[in-house]
Amino acid sequence: MNRLVFLRRWLRAAVVLFAFGICGTASAAASQAGAAPVPDTMQQRVAACTSCHGAHGEGSPDSVAIPRLAGKPAGYLLQQLEYFQSGQRRHAPMEYVVRQLSPAYLREIAGYFAQQDVPYSKLPVPAVSAETLRRGEQLVMRGDSTRGVPSCVSCHGARLTGVEPMMPGLMGLSYDYLNTQLVSWRTRQRAAEGPYCMGVVANRMRESDITAVSAWLASHEPPADMHPAPASAQTEPLPGWCVMGKSGAGQ
Amino acid sequence: MKWWRRGWWVPALLAAVVLGWLYFGRADLTAASPAQREADAAALHDPALIARGEYLATAGDCAACHTARDGQRYAGGRSLGTPFGDVPAPNITPDPETGIGQWSFDDFWRALHEGKGRQGELLYPVFSYTSFTRVSRADALAIFAYLKSLPPVQRPDTALGLAFPYNVRSSLLAWRALYFKPGVFQPDPAKSDQWNRGAYLVQGLGHCNECHTTRDSFGGIAQDRHLTGGRIPQLDWYAPDLSTRPGGGLEGWSAQDIVDLLKTGQSAKGTAFGPMADVVRNSTQHLSAADLQAVAVYLQSLPPRAPAAAVPFVQAGSHEQGGKLYAQRCADCHGKDGRGVAGVYPPLDGNTSVTEPTGINAIRSVLLGGFAPATAGNPQPYSMPPFAQQLGDADVAAVVGYIRQSWSNKAAAVQPADVGKYRNTPSD
Repeated sequence: MNRLVFLRRWLRAAVVLFAFGICGTASAAASQAGAAPVPDTMQQRVAACTSCHGAHGEGSPDSVAIPRLAGKPAGYLLQQLEYFQSGQRRHAPMEYVVRQLSPAYLREIAGYFAQQDVPYSKLPVPAVSAETLRRGEQLVMRGDSTRGVPSCVSCHGARLTGVEPMMPGLMGLSYDYLNTQLVSWRTRQRAAEGPYCMGVVANRMRESDITAVSAWLASHEPPADMHPAPASAQTEPLPGWCVMGKSGAGQ
Repeated sequence: MKWWRRGWWVPALLAAVVLGWLYFGRADLTAASPAQREADAAALHDPALIARGEYLATAGDCAACHTARDGQRYAGGRSLGTPFGDVPAPNITPDPETGIGQWSFDDFWRALHEGKGRQGELLYPVFSYTSFTRVSRADALAIFAYLKSLPPVQRPDTALGLAFPYNVRSSLLAWRALYFKPGVFQPDPAKSDQWNRGAYLVQGLGHCNECHTTRDSFGGIAQDRHLTGGRIPQLDWYAPDLSTRPGGGLEGWSAQDIVDLLKTGQSAKGTAFGPMADVVRNSTQHLSAADLQAVAVYLQSLPPRAPAAAVPFVQAGSHEQGGKLYAQRCADCHGKDGRGVAGVYPPLDGNTSVTEPTGINAIRSVLLGGFAPATAGNPQPYSMPPFAQQLGDADVAAVVGYIRQSWSNKAAAVQPADVGKYRNTPSD
């Protein structure tokens, strides 16, 4: 057993050394061309993403409309990239950036940001009345059965940090981003395959409900552990008409 | 575009209609004999022919126009913008009601070769029959066999979005008299087979000229301007001159550079972006090595271009500010010397997309950033940050002016107002 571990370590070291050898040759060629060697990493490759979403996808405190990507479920991120490509989710700069990418590369990029584990930064909290926050909490935690609006926690996880592999967390997002997304669901700037549950839910909410939910979520202190809940945590069955994309989740 | 208000278009149109009638209205000389027709119909199910047709349809990038975004391939629906209005691309799957299910090969040939629909109606030249007319009958048959082998998709065509007088199809008689001469590609016996193959692909199926040439105000292309570069109407990108000789847009490009760009999306001289990235991803990366080499040989034979009229070189007032921005934002990847990193980041020194006459490409690249196309030859491309959200018009103009006027580049500066015009991001 020990010998196996040793062998494996030795092999790994050999592979790393070999790879360095290759990189060494490549970087020698690069410095001949008068430029510093370019890191052969995903982080370097996705500069078009990180210039807005942060070096590790942590989001941008300067621009609250740009969401954090780090640590979101990989299936969810991939689905959104596919939707930007197909036009089911509309945002012109995103649609342009993903346009030329292959399905395999989109999957890698989604996986890269899902793996990033960086702390949350405090986002500005909107000034709304206590009454609005109470209404927000009611919708988030219990929903409003008189309007047919399910609670956020029933799908997005008890801690609202999302559920693997497809359900995004709602904590640590800005008021502007959350509010914009709910309006986008209403107006089909965001859409999903099949009958689209968030579109249905967002259209059952009053405009003031959208403000209330976004304000409560944005001002709620995120839990210490922000990782999405495992898929097994989804005990309540999702409604039959809910989104399960072509990315293979839930199948 | 106020020429038609002046009234002189009425007699001009009438004269052109008469001329057009004389020129095109006569008997169809290319119609096949009944025996030929039977042979064509029998061949349509040949798997080898269908496979060749798929390759040729890819070379012609038919799907690029005949597929709506996220729609089924070849089922049409994409709206093609022109300065005269929008023309929807039709369904070319073999659905009997909404596609080409009832078409015979003769119908297809008439469309591709003569630009006429099944009822003899004149087709709008946004369908590039000005180029496709050069495609051989044998190749057209293969493409038709391939299209007929596709699963039929029922999707009715959408309505034309053209205003008067462009919505009157007979107005095309005038246009055709001026700009369209049907005729299959005739090989030049003085040139090699490879050159002729390249010329056939570039002038015919590849329809490169449809973007890489300046169109006049009627949307036509003068023959003597073949591949000399032009602004693409509606899309607002500049498709550069394709000559590799002195004064050409691709001056100094080797055959390998051309092959690399078409195969992988990038070469030592530049990277495909904007509409050309679509072309590489959907079409040219799938071409055989022999065909890409032939295209390169043909492009390398294009003549040198006359040097642009000597305009005094005036350095932008914002050159210093542009240099500062370049050092902060660009130099890490493109290098202080503007030479880029081979295989990763394109050079800016001597790059035709930087120095092209309009400055559109450089402005839009700075605003939009983005990835090189992901291809089999470059599956994990590197990318450039979009600066639209970070830099104002004056800063974009300064940095674009700087790269257009540094190292060996001697192009005109751009104005902040130009930047403002191109801030709208294309999504399809």
